[in-house]
Amino acid sequence: MVTDTRLEAELRALAGSVPDPELPVLTLADLGVLREVHLTGPGSVEVELTPTYTGCPAVETMSADIERLLHAHGIREVTVRSVLSPPWSTDDISAEGRRKLREFGIAPPRTTRAAGPVAVPLGPTRTGAAGAAHAGAGAGANSAGTDPARTDVGTGLPRSADGSSFPANGSPFPADESLRCPHCDSPRSELLSRFSSTACKALRRCLDCREPFDHFKEL
Amino acid sequence: MTAAAHTAALALGDDALVLSHRLGEWAGHAPVLEEEVALANIALDLLGQARVLLSMAGDEDELAYLREERAFRNLQLVEQPNGDFAHTLARQLYFSTYQHLLYGQLATGDSVFAPLAGKAVHETAYHRDHAEQWTRRLGDGTEESHRRMQRAATALWQFTGEMFQPVEGVPADWQQLERSWQQSVTEVLTSATLEVPEGPRTGAWKAGAGRQGLHTESFGRMLAEMQHLHRSHPGARW
Repeated sequence: MVTDTRLEAELRALAGSVPDPELPVLTLADLGVLREVHLTGPGSVEVELTPTYTGCPAVETMSADIERLLHAHGIREVTVRSVLSPPWSTDDISAEGRRKLREFGIAPPRTTRAAGPVAVPLGPTRTGAAGAAHAGAGAGANSAGTDPARTDVGTGLPRSADGSSFPANGSPFPADESLRCPHCDSPRSELLSRFSSTACKALRRCLDCREPFDHFKEL
Repeated sequence: MTAAAHTAALALGDDALVLSHRLGEWAGHAPVLEEEVALANIALDLLGQARVLLSMAGDEDELAYLREERAFRNLQLVEQPNGDFAHTLARQLYFSTYQHLLYGQLATGDSVFAPLAGKAVHETAYHRDHAEQWTRRLGDGTEESHRRMQRAATALWQFTGEMFQPVEGVPADWQQLERSWQQSVTEVLTSATLEVPEGPRTGAWKAGAGRQGLHTESFGRMLAEMQHLHRSHPGARW
């Protein structure tokens, strides 16, 4: 029915306007986790959500918030289903979402389908002094944006999610898209921890303004 | 769901659940704050996987909190106590390499596990990276960290053969999995200046029959702690 389609679009916009419980600057639409909104009958709606991470504890809050909002708009029956496939990727975060993240002080993820973890060299070791000169006392140095640092310690190559190496010259990310400090825009930062306040972020420190910041890591 | 898929969901789900609980035990005890957060985040990823997998096999809470020890199908490796930080990292290295490779295979197939594997393979890539980097840092670090990392890698070696016993209902190429695992772990240990352990992984002296429900002594104590609240207060909610 034509009217249904229009109503579905309205409901989809409504559900998409719900703020993310952990990053309230983003809406669910910005984050790209809202998959489908279907009318299944008069006053009855089914919503499909996909989690960012399999264990993301925010999904339950998102579902409850969507239900509450749609109820308030006269939908009596709201069913929120969680779907895993196709898997969510940080590429699903909208351009608007990336802008808001940066404004909020979080370095947005770089866009790529191929990227897995970005291996970084650690600090000084007994046999491998290379790269140690500028290593901090923390977990290691990574002058992100200058690709030699984004390499695997053992092979000297970055590695993709399936464990294979990227090409020798290959960063998995486009060259014009470097990781920048959200405070001073410097491309020079070091990794403090691969996991930060939530699983989806890494903790970094800017080497210029020295401010620590979260980086929404690529998934 | 077929009986084989049910068994398979339990095996994979129990691996994730049990290791998640073990990693959670580090909360408040990790050597530095960043590791506290990292281990808790890895535990959370694993718990998310466990919830999906156990829900495929039945009621997730009943399966996690009301089964007896012999009904769990996890590998003996994941139930091993945390030990020192090196032991935890050696366990992470062995398991996350295995899980990442296994999910990588399942993600490209069309089994019931493909959707989860396709998602979790990206998460476990970070777990594997974390373990590999730490193994190198500790192995190729100070004399003390080298000694401890070697001790841990050797101590847990006997539990690694079990990972490659085919699990009914898991459509994986187990031989390929084992080859890739050995190659990767050998490369990481070698680059960390560590000896690849030589103890038996298979045969009469091997450890590991977790997939058959036989577990090591410490697992019972872990379960008692994990299940205590739910059993004492049935139906309790936050």
